[in-house]
Amino acid sequence: MTDLLQRPAEAPARVSNPRTWTHPEPTNADPSGTPEVRRATGTIRVVDVIRAVGCAAASIGLTAWFFVYALPLQGGLGFVVLAYLIFLVLFTILTAFDENGPAVRDRVISVVVQSLAFLMLLALAVVVIYTVGRGLDALPHANFFTQDMSNAGPLDPVTRGGVIHAVVGTLIMITIALAISIPLGVTTAVFLSEFPGRYSRFVRTVVEAMTALPSIVAGLFIYATVIVFLGFNRSGFAASLAITVMMLPIIIRSADVVLRLVPGNLKEASRALGASTWRTVWHVTLPTARSGLTTAVILGTARGIGETSPVLLTAGATTYLNLNPLVGPMTSLPLTAFTFVKSPEPAMIARGFGTAAVLMALVLVLFSIARLIGGRGPGQLSNRQRRSRQRTSQEDNLRFRAREAGAVAEPSVPVPRLSLPKIPLPRIKLPRLPGRRPRP
Amino acid sequence: MSMLRSEPGVTAVLTTPILPSDSPRALRSATDVPDRIFRVIASSSGTIVLIVMGLVGLFLAIRGYQALAVAGPAFITEPSWNPNSGTFGIAAVLSGTFFIALTALVTAVPLALGTALYISEYAPGRIRGVLVSIVDLMAAVPSVVYGLWGVFFLSPAILPLSQWITTYFGWIPIFAVSGFDANDPLASPTVFSASTFIAGIVVGLMVAPIASSIMREVFTQAPIGEREGALALGSTKWGMIRSVVLPFGRGGMIGGTMLGLGRALGETIAVYLIISPVFVIQPHILEKGANSIAALIALRYNEASAFEISALMAAGLALFLVTLVVNFGASTIIARSRSGSQSD
Repeated sequence: MTDLLQRPAEAPARVSNPRTWTHPEPTNADPSGTPEVRRATGTIRVVDVIRAVGCAAASIGLTAWFFVYALPLQGGLGFVVLAYLIFLVLFTILTAFDENGPAVRDRVISVVVQSLAFLMLLALAVVVIYTVGRGLDALPHANFFTQDMSNAGPLDPVTRGGVIHAVVGTLIMITIALAISIPLGVTTAVFLSEFPGRYSRFVRTVVEAMTALPSIVAGLFIYATVIVFLGFNRSGFAASLAITVMMLPIIIRSADVVLRLVPGNLKEASRALGASTWRTVWHVTLPTARSGLTTAVILGTARGIGETSPVLLTAGATTYLNLNPLVGPMTSLPLTAFTFVKSPEPAMIARGFGTAAVLMALVLVLFSIARLIGGRGPGQLSNRQRRSRQRTSQEDNLRFRAREAGAVAEPSVPVPRLSLPKIPLPRIKLPRLPGRRPRP
Repeated sequence: MSMLRSEPGVTAVLTTPILPSDSPRALRSATDVPDRIFRVIASSSGTIVLIVMGLVGLFLAIRGYQALAVAGPAFITEPSWNPNSGTFGIAAVLSGTFFIALTALVTAVPLALGTALYISEYAPGRIRGVLVSIVDLMAAVPSVVYGLWGVFFLSPAILPLSQWITTYFGWIPIFAVSGFDANDPLASPTVFSASTFIAGIVVGLMVAPIASSIMREVFTQAPIGEREGALALGSTKWGMIRSVVLPFGRGGMIGGTMLGLGRALGETIAVYLIISPVFVIQPHILEKGANSIAALIALRYNEASAFEISALMAAGLALFLVTLVVNFGASTIIARSRSGSQSD
């Protein structure tokens, strides 16, 4: 500050405005006259790449030598593990030639972290690809999706019979479960977030405790009450109840988290305008949290669809297509996959993997929908919503102006609705909020 | 009232106006009828949920008590499961559950931690979002899929590894396998199938995405100022992670691990498909034969007498209590930690 105040007196004469003083322009040129080279700011250096590639080649070579000549070793897994360990040792030694201790540790740990992440993604990819691959024996046949297993014996080839009964059963069960758990779950979540008090705290504690309920215990509960105690037969409805008991705490908990993220000033603004509690909830809180609530419900659904054990205890497996959830046993996709693979027949096992692949596809679809809808914080608008609001606001503006103009000239004539020019808006990539997705 | 500065020429004087009849107004807001109805609906749905959830716990406790009263304290110490003859207990299944869950954690935690660190610290910005989606999607893959993979792919593939471990590390008690002679070239590897080890690895792969997702979320919340401070002081990337990210995310690491443990304890189908049930305490994780409470229920519920159902309920109650403690511990640790205080 003082610098700026004192220096103008001795500032060079070429500064036109005496109230601003700038440093003389820095010259990039070296004293020697060579132009400065732009520095690379990338984090990977050529020497790092060369070092890693060299170590990889050396470790593979060394391991091959060990396997062929030096040690009595065999097996693909052993080769990979030994090669990896040798790679790490070589990499450490080679890095230590150039770098100091902390840098060596940094490089080695970065290699370890990246390989752990790679290993996990690889394992998960293997799980998915193996399932789909084994299911490919059954999946290409159209009958797999159009027939049930009532006419297919255990020795029949995959060209007979299918899993339509399981697909329909899954859809019926999850529909009933959602019909119960969405209204109940969302209302309870509203209760927890809008009516704070000792009672709602107690309900929240119990709900959080029940998210720990193992799914088999939920199934056992419905089995013991509905089937053994009340004497009903196993049915799709009983399985839906078991899924509901399992899904309800999950949905309530994540919906509660989403509702609590709704900014308080929105609700207060609504109350300040004189809206009552339920109008505030209906017109402000729920619409603001809509995308988060949808995500919560869909992720809960994905959990509910994939669970085998509650259905195993309560639905009773069947090979027939049963459309009535109240009478007769029913089956679901995971349960069908489970019963298929218990058979030793290759065709049945192929069907089991095919069923698992169908189930995964269903979960993937649900998950993609959740990603498309969710991923936006409460109150954050999509481009389309933003455009529509902007259009409404412009329309209002024109209406007001037309009314003012009309009020002067001819008050009695109603103003015609003006057609608006379509205003192109820039598409804005909205930032994704971290942590907006409720925890499963 | 330090905010009132007396400026030259202006004198600020605070006086309380004394009005003759100033009694506090009654602040009573009249709730109209729709609001009252809304309140009743909301709290009654809360009550319904409370009743259902309470019923689950209550029913488990009451029905389980029937069996517990017969078994007495032997319920904890007895490994065999013959409810009809009166000798039954959860010593074998509970310990088996823990062995499987611990094996799962040993598999899952390094993978989850590595993946979470990779996604939050090392991955280039372009693929980060994709990786987050993949890991979250994997957390939603049904457990029966992992079970199928474990039975048909992993079980045969892992036998040489099991054999190798017991050959060279068999002197460590948990890796010992009775009936296996490393010097016998004709030894059959079937003694290693259907073991705790295989079930644990499969369950571990199943819970790793869940744990990883929570850890990643916490790591990305580490304050940017502290990260840059560490880097500006000359630390390497790992130095920054060790001194800023890991201490900040410790609560999330422990919490994510424990939530994974909760899922691993309750896992049914994958375990059921893989293990061959035994009713002895089986600390040799590589040896054929294992058990868990969830698998026991799935195995025995069918054609069980009323008393057997009650015994299974007691076992389910024990499982529920264990997962409850683990989950509450997890959420407390997450909420108490520095990173959890601003999240849910």
